[in-house]
Amino acid sequence: MAKLRVETTINGEETEFLCSGQDSLLDVLRGPLAMTGTKEGCTTGDCGACSIVLDGRLVPSCLVLAAEAEGRVVETIEGVADGQKLTAVQQQFLEHGALQCGICTPGFIIAAEKLLEKNPDPTEEEARYYLAGNLCRCTGYDKIIRAVLDAAAVRREERA
Amino acid sequence: MSADTNEGQERKFKRIGTRPIRHDGLDKVTGRARFGADYALPGMLHGVMVRSPYAHARILSIDISQAEKVPGVRAVVTRDDFPDVPIGWIPAGSTGVDLGANARTVMAREKVLFHGHAFAAVAATTELAAREAGKLIKVEWEVLTPVLSLEQALAKDAPILHEGQETKGDHPTPEGDSNIANQVCFEGGDIAAGFEEADVIVEGHFETPMVHQGYIEPHACLANVREDGTCEVWCPTQGAFGVKGEVASIAGIEPSLVKVTPTEIGGGFGGKIPVYIEPVAVVLSRKAARPVKITMSREEVFRGSGPTSGSRMWARIGAKSDGTFVAVETKFDFEAGAFRGSPVGAACMTVFSPYNCENFRIFGRDIVLNKPRVAAYRAPGAPIGAFAAESLIDELAMKLDRNPIDLRIQNAVAEGDRAKYGPRFGTIGFKEVLEATRSHPHYKAELGPNQGRGVAAGFWFNAGMQSSATVSVNDDGSAVVRTGNPDIGGSRASMALMCAEELGVDVARVRPLVGDTDSVGYCDPTGGSRVTYATGMAVIEATRQVVDHLRARAATIWDIELDAVEWQDGNAVAINGSAEKGSMSLEDIARKMRLTGGPIVSSASVNPPAAGPGFGVHVCDLEVDPETGVSKVIRYTVVQDAGKAIHPTYVEGQYQGGAAQGIGWALNEEYLWDAEGKVENAGFLDYRIPVASDLPMIDTVIVEVANPLHPYGVRGVGETPIVPPLGAVANAMRHATGIRFHRLPMSPPRVLDALDSDGASS
Repeated sequence: MAKLRVETTINGEETEFLCSGQDSLLDVLRGPLAMTGTKEGCTTGDCGACSIVLDGRLVPSCLVLAAEAEGRVVETIEGVADGQKLTAVQQQFLEHGALQCGICTPGFIIAAEKLLEKNPDPTEEEARYYLAGNLCRCTGYDKIIRAVLDAAAVRREERA
Repeated sequence: MSADTNEGQERKFKRIGTRPIRHDGLDKVTGRARFGADYALPGMLHGVMVRSPYAHARILSIDISQAEKVPGVRAVVTRDDFPDVPIGWIPAGSTGVDLGANARTVMAREKVLFHGHAFAAVAATTELAAREAGKLIKVEWEVLTPVLSLEQALAKDAPILHEGQETKGDHPTPEGDSNIANQVCFEGGDIAAGFEEADVIVEGHFETPMVHQGYIEPHACLANVREDGTCEVWCPTQGAFGVKGEVASIAGIEPSLVKVTPTEIGGGFGGKIPVYIEPVAVVLSRKAARPVKITMSREEVFRGSGPTSGSRMWARIGAKSDGTFVAVETKFDFEAGAFRGSPVGAACMTVFSPYNCENFRIFGRDIVLNKPRVAAYRAPGAPIGAFAAESLIDELAMKLDRNPIDLRIQNAVAEGDRAKYGPRFGTIGFKEVLEATRSHPHYKAELGPNQGRGVAAGFWFNAGMQSSATVSVNDDGSAVVRTGNPDIGGSRASMALMCAEELGVDVARVRPLVGDTDSVGYCDPTGGSRVTYATGMAVIEATRQVVDHLRARAATIWDIELDAVEWQDGNAVAINGSAEKGSMSLEDIARKMRLTGGPIVSSASVNPPAAGPGFGVHVCDLEVDPETGVSKVIRYTVVQDAGKAIHPTYVEGQYQGGAAQGIGWALNEEYLWDAEGKVENAGFLDYRIPVASDLPMIDTVIVEVANPLHPYGVRGVGETPIVPPLGAVANAMRHATGIRFHRLPMSPPRVLDALDSDGASS
């Protein structure tokens, strides 16, 4: 079967790839594009490890067909840091030790960045509900939530 | 290392106990860290496992001819491509190993023994082609009646999973073939007289379901067998040396030809100690003469890996009216799954060992049935047993109108007291932990309507086992510390901290590495809460040897005796009449290494026979909605003895993570089965692990009662935190609702049923 040719923008760069009609965007990111920072935990949209931002919206990339990326804007964990500078969210994850094994971390960081963009001053409860689509089995979420709330404070200060 | 080197109590640490950013953190917050499924090789094929549609069936024949014809298919393998490793139980530690069972778990031979049991595998140029080919494998099955519950397994006319399997172990064992694989019994005193003497007896039947470790990263493996027969394997594992041995045994390769590189690992909790796909990837690669990668789907993880045992338990406690325990007794039946090896032995060893009681009979049975074969899960067996014991102690406290912590303190073991399985405890911190819990603000806080507070305790032995470490000094005075223990929760930072403490340098000057099986000395797996303890010991020992070299080099440069050089916080300092020489920094010495004898590298190996048990006490506040049966943990505190916290952030992380897993086990998690033995909820939507909105912050208190077996006083901390939560949550539920739940999980429909029927169905 002929492959589909897709033109899209990933982390600010115009990108093209070939895919089959069955490939998910996650398959293409991790496979031909070798962007393995986006993780696969379930392929059913339940774990959040493959979270990306598509046209400004937080989505699990396992539930997006690769062909759907045509003409759209994709943001992944590889594009989160600003050059050599980590974002406040990334830095606070490190400071708080908000990761143990680290497999869920890229998804959490993508989701937390989106949360803080929409809501610069979330309550603990708001953060917990916004991040409820991301599973972590190691931390019990305590340090993740603290990192996100502290990152929010750092961002507010930076932008004040 | 001997006990007299213990400095945990007195030594003033400069770096131990600080909270540096972990060395591997940057790669993990930027997506650069490479986990199992992130590895690829040119020309790589995609391998898939082909799994049984039956829970119990004999394989009469397998025809792969149609599958081999599918375009893109390069290899199809079945039992015929694997050596027939004989079944045979080799006792080891508190359990044992059966290489034949391990081989049959990976690739079915005579029978399939659970739904999802792999009986073939395919490698093809695309995953789709491999899956298509898998469907064309023709098997002639003799479908057998599946054994799906403990009742069925124990029935007189039960189908036998393993013909020729006789019950091993203690006490009258059944005659002939049996699904009871093993029996354990620990006895002391006079159990009948003990209960005779009791003023109060509490007892209960308890049940827990099979649950999965639930790591977020599915199993993955890349294997490449080369033309000369050497073989490289990349996989996320808790122990690369274990994988090397299992691959050699199951795939039929000389161990010397196998090199295993542990990738970053996305959670394990015991479930990534065994192999499932690694030997298959190797055999596929050998047959196809191409690299092969196998990645499990989440569904396959639930059906074909893990889990831990479901159980059926009975226990009772007899006590005097003043609260003194005079007799304890248990009968535990644990589901082993397809092959012997449930953690019932460890459950029996741990269940009442935190409490003194002269008269006891602790009996347990390891029972096979047609469910997935269980694997280790964080303090294997202990949470299950503690659920029964700690629930009963709570009942006893209510009957005697006693504070539940006071009652535990009254009966708690201390140094010199005997565990039920034999040995006497060394220095332990159980009473300290109980006292710290009693004085914690959480324990005194007011409760609101529909809220209840539960307390429970637990302990885990912790392991020692074999570890190696190598420390080398760079010519700029920085250092590299290499071990073979995959970093599953921040252990690189702990290794670097211990090395930095001994060297007297900033921890950022020490780079910790996890090596492959060709580049580091042997290390047993990252498991048993042993890495910071045992591998840490090897790191300290190797670093001390490096320091001796550094002192010797300084002595050479100064031309004085070695004894006249002391190591003080990163500097060689001349003493004993040579003080005029002053001091020389690590950097100065390192820069001159080439002139003073060459590179400085030291290795050390340890094999400590014992570790130092860790005790924990948890406090749980639960609020229950009587309209819906939904319960929510509103406050939770973990108090645990760490001996000495090397990196407190990651100690707290272990406490919090273990508590969260235990809360999930108590409230929601369970395998659901259909009538044929198929798991009905093999995905994270229906197998519901706790999410962020389910939990509160989890408060932690690190108690430090130094472990005399470790130079800094370290105890393992990883497993103990999952032991108390099942009991703590159940006790909170009892006090919130007035209903004692004997069966987990306490999911909303069950709670609602119990509330509606006045506790009758709990």
